[in-house]
Amino acid sequence: MIKYVELLGKKIIVFSEEFGRILLLLLSTFKQMMLPPFEIKNTVKQMLEIGVKSLPVVLVTAIFTGMVFALQTYTGFKRFGAADMVGTVVALSMTRELGPVLTGLIVAGRAGAAMAAELGTMRVTEQIDALETLATNPVKYLIVPRFISGIFMLPAVTIVADIIGIAGGYVVTVGLFKTSSVVYWKRTWDYLEMGDIYNGLIKACFFGAAIALISSYKGFYTSGGAEGVGKATTGAVVLSSMTILISDYFLSNWLFR
Amino acid sequence: MIKLVDLHKAFGANKVLQGLDLEVEKGESRVVIGGSGSGKSVILKHIIGLMKPDKGDVFIEGVNITNLDENGLYEVRKKFGMLFQMAALFDSMNIWQNVGFALIRQKNLKLKDVKEIAIEKLRMVGLVGVEDLSPAELSGGMKKRVGLARAIAHEPEILLYDEPTTGLDPITADAINDLIVEMKERLSVTSVAITHDMQSAYKIADRISMLYKGRIIETGPPDEIKNTENPIVKQFITGSAAGPIKVEGVNHERILNRA
Repeated sequence: MIKYVELLGKKIIVFSEEFGRILLLLLSTFKQMMLPPFEIKNTVKQMLEIGVKSLPVVLVTAIFTGMVFALQTYTGFKRFGAADMVGTVVALSMTRELGPVLTGLIVAGRAGAAMAAELGTMRVTEQIDALETLATNPVKYLIVPRFISGIFMLPAVTIVADIIGIAGGYVVTVGLFKTSSVVYWKRTWDYLEMGDIYNGLIKACFFGAAIALISSYKGFYTSGGAEGVGKATTGAVVLSSMTILISDYFLSNWLFR
Repeated sequence: MIKLVDLHKAFGANKVLQGLDLEVEKGESRVVIGGSGSGKSVILKHIIGLMKPDKGDVFIEGVNITNLDENGLYEVRKKFGMLFQMAALFDSMNIWQNVGFALIRQKNLKLKDVKEIAIEKLRMVGLVGVEDLSPAELSGGMKKRVGLARAIAHEPEILLYDEPTTGLDPITADAINDLIVEMKERLSVTSVAITHDMQSAYKIADRISMLYKGRIIETGPPDEIKNTENPIVKQFITGSAAGPIKVEGVNHERILNRA
């Protein structure tokens, strides 16, 4: 019994330490964000990496999610005569929930893993130390551009995912089930409010910040050579994904109630 | 110029530095020798402020850097150039951008001018026509030369070398040693190198210090070190497994019997 309590205690200490270090890194990131020089070139590069290069995967995911959602909703709702509500369901689900969450998970798997691996490799090959010796703050040079890109690019990609997802729903509902195009769009716009869209985008902002911060943290504090880089990369994807899924509930509870 | 006073540093239960004192004079080339894992790299990281000691002080030109804030440390680091063990070139940049990194960041020069300076520094370390290549396209020896060019690009007053010849074949290693001597003569810099390569130490050092169990146990010019009576230093410089320095996992009795 004591063994288990001890183990639990150790886990809590490790978790608290890690959480504290992430918070300190966040504070340091905010501080460096305010101080010149501003890393514009690096930030644009990261925006391309996190946003533009994630687009193809996000688009494929969004269109098929919209399609399958329409398919399931149509066949299910038809049972109680609510098949014309498919447009509403797809639009609300995509903007409020699926758009930001799926985009977050995909970016965490793609760009988050890449961030952790790149920074982890830089750490174990002493490139981060080299930055310090060349009088360059590595938080400012490496993490701030990723953090800013995460905050701005996640919502941008989410907007595209929302639109493509709704279009996917349209293709199935109108193209496959031959329902009225006018009804699909009318039902979509009748019940969709601006709050659904921008609250979804607020969630995306938060997910973007979380992915960038967690992945950078995991990479930045890597130790133990190639194995350490592997662990950091896996850890970044797992922790980012868990953060997205758990915080999604609390954010939704706060934003949509 | 560089003064370490009563430096202590531990990583968990592992006490790496235990009251280390070291003083390097302006213009001097000092080599610190010691076994693997003895804390040589830790000394360099304290000198440049990458690590803070648990106890003790680090003075650079009379300024105690252990109490400096982040900005103060970055100012002090502008005096330094450092060559890393595996060169630590930035993968995401080509060679001239690596060499000119500090100039772009610190001196706000035009990129065209930085490239010219970088090419000049690369020529100083014997590399021509590599400026547009990426680090992955270079051999280990070439990477070290680029690392050296990067370290001297912003004309530092102090150069730190972390195992400059490790991982190189003897001929390339000797070429790097020659370069280090040349840098000292041409740039009149103060330098601290850490190594366990004695040939390199004899060639580049004005004075050699031996690190053992967290302290400097002997310091002297290469000739004096070669003829030392200290059994620990003697064992290290002759590279013998038999002697007062014990290697973990090695049967020392068998070695002594064989001897």
